[in-house]
Amino acid sequence: MPDNYALFRTMLLIRRFEERLLAEFSTGKLVGTTHAYIGQEANAAGIFSVTDPGDVVFSNHRCHGHFLAYGASSPEGSDPYRLAAELMGKATGLVGGRGGSQHIHWRNFYSNGIQGGILPVATGMALAEKVNKTGKIALTFLGDGTLGEGALYESLNIASLWRLPILFVVENNHYAQTTPIELAVAGTITGRFSAFGITTLERDSTDVLEVQAAALEAVGSVRRNGRPVGLILHTYRFSAHSKGDDVRDPAEIARAREKDPLLIHAPRLTDAERARAESEVAAAIADAFARAEADPLPNLKDER
Amino acid sequence: MSTVLESLNTSLHKAMHTDERVYLLGEDILDPYGGAFKVTRGLSTAFPERVLTTPISEAAIVGVASGMALRGLRPVAEIMFGDFVTLIADQIVNHAAKFRWMYNDQVRVPLVVRTPMGGRRGYGPTHSQSLEKMFLGVPGLHVVAPNTLGDPGQLLEAAIADDDPVLFVEHKLLYTRPLLEADKGDLVDYEIQPFGAPFTSYVLRFTNHAVKSHLTLACYGYNFELARQAALELLMEREIFCEIVLFSQLSPFALDPLLDSLARTHRLLTVEEGGLTLGWGAEILARLAERSNDFSRCHFHRVAALDLPIANSKPLEDAILPSVETIIHAALELCEV
Ligand SMILES: Cc1ncc(C[n+]2csc(CCOP(=O)(O)OP(=O)(O)O)c2C)c(N)n1
Ligand SMILES: [Mg+2]
Repeated sequence: MPDNYALFRTMLLIRRFEERLLAEFSTGKLVGTTHAYIGQEANAAGIFSVTDPGDVVFSNHRCHGHFLAYGASSPEGSDPYRLAAELMGKATGLVGGRGGSQHIHWRNFYSNGIQGGILPVATGMALAEKVNKTGKIALTFLGDGTLGEGALYESLNIASLWRLPILFVVENNHYAQTTPIELAVAGTITGRFSAFGITTLERDSTDVLEVQAAALEAVGSVRRNGRPVGLILHTYRFSAHSKGDDVRDPAEIARAREKDPLLIHAPRLTDAERARAESEVAAAIADAFARAEADPLPNLKDER
Repeated sequence: MSTVLESLNTSLHKAMHTDERVYLLGEDILDPYGGAFKVTRGLSTAFPERVLTTPISEAAIVGVASGMALRGLRPVAEIMFGDFVTLIADQIVNHAAKFRWMYNDQVRVPLVVRTPMGGRRGYGPTHSQSLEKMFLGVPGLHVVAPNTLGDPGQLLEAAIADDDPVLFVEHKLLYTRPLLEADKGDLVDYEIQPFGAPFTSYVLRFTNHAVKSHLTLACYGYNFELARQAALELLMEREIFCEIVLFSQLSPFALDPLLDSLARTHRLLTVEEGGLTLGWGAEILARLAERSNDFSRCHFHRVAALDLPIANSKPLEDAILPSVETIIHAALELCEV
């Protein structure tokens, strides 16, 4: 299992990558849209520190953090270069510029920008792993807002009924775009899973070690029992939903920032380790964006 | 000068003010945000009881609105991106649009579903499409698309007043566009003949009827912007005169104005942002083939998106979607024959 340094480095990589992206958007260098993972880094870093690179992941619109942490769990480590290239619409991007921010694929990692639609697909992926007897599991991510989509409940029912090895990760950052959870979600999140006979683990923490421990238990349970589990992580995003408007109370954001996952985890490293992580990450991101920027744009004629 | 966005927003204010049966439903429509594209801005402040911000539940939004409509209210539902109409298809096709006829005309479903369609903003494959073609021809459903010439707010008011369900398709790039004024700017040489009610469409002909037009451009929504630009360039650079038939109601649609124009020009180009195959233009051409007296003398072409998803990367998106250049290119080819 990755050590404290690796966990910190993964979270820092996500943080600095997203900050760089937002900066590029605000100077007009990038067009389209993006959904920053800033504030939620402990979730991805914790979860992908206990998964197997062969496990299958279906992520959502807020996928950069998941992707970078998934990459960090691969033998070669995470390379932000091809994600940067994708966001710049380059031919060398993860999907050749066709998908952009919300629509990426690399190895066993997939994402799509339709809320809820990915959940039955991830359920089907779990079925494929099961019938192929690979011992791998499927993981899928949804936000609090996506609890509104009916496809989730159809998926939970089938996953439970057919005993499928899938982990549903609910990242409750308390808002869907601008809508607070109080205006969108009746009842409880755990109750939704238990209604289908699915066990849940719940953590209200931005401490990567706590998330890691919960994820270890959840992933282990799915793998051992071949049954779905819900991992419910209460969290907060520090930046706006996408690029622009943020209607949340600044005081609320400031309070949440006191529980910054980087601040919580940093004291577990020495000063020298922190400095090394900062410089490694800065170099990796500078290199990724510089290479991506120099890459060619795609051309439809070349593709045909 | 008012924009399409202001016109739509004003008409919602007016409709809610004058008719207590009008309700709004949609995701993130409360102030201060006022909706992803701000069409509903100010309404939750003015009418807090009748503006219902919803969970992310597109099928339920339209289903609930449809139930409200069946029981005498006049709901206007917003679907945040037109790409998500696939999620409401069952509620529209198998529920809202069917009820009136299936129940032997004993009920009405005065439901409006508004949604922004279209690309060119780099939003990628799931937030850029023009999927209205999937809903054209659905029995019982009216499909309406505003443009910069008519008053978009008036169209929306007519949609709200309509006793049948209306899918109201707003191209994203139209929101910031100013409304055109007849006799001004590039419209100065055109005589504008309205047709159809209550969703007014238009034929644009040269005021000087002695001018023989070479080509008819048929379009709707944002593509009217491209078609106008293309018509202007064709006129200035090639002395090719175009008439434009601009549809506001896409389904069901009136064929006669197009037949009249075609009788003058013998050449027709349809322009749409949805995919080419089995699209809007295909039905128009098929109808003309059935109805035109001298179809064999006429020449036709369709400009549309390539049959691909809409890519995120700009050069790919540009190559996939129709442009002023592709319209001009197609027009020149048509005029050579
Ligand atoms: C079917 C569908 N409806 C609406 C949207 C627009 N949308 C994108 S993200 C989002 C909010 C999602 O909230 P949540 O699930 O809580 O995830 P978070 O953004 O907080 O990570 C919305 C409404 C969408 N992409 N897909
Ligand atoms: Mg959320």
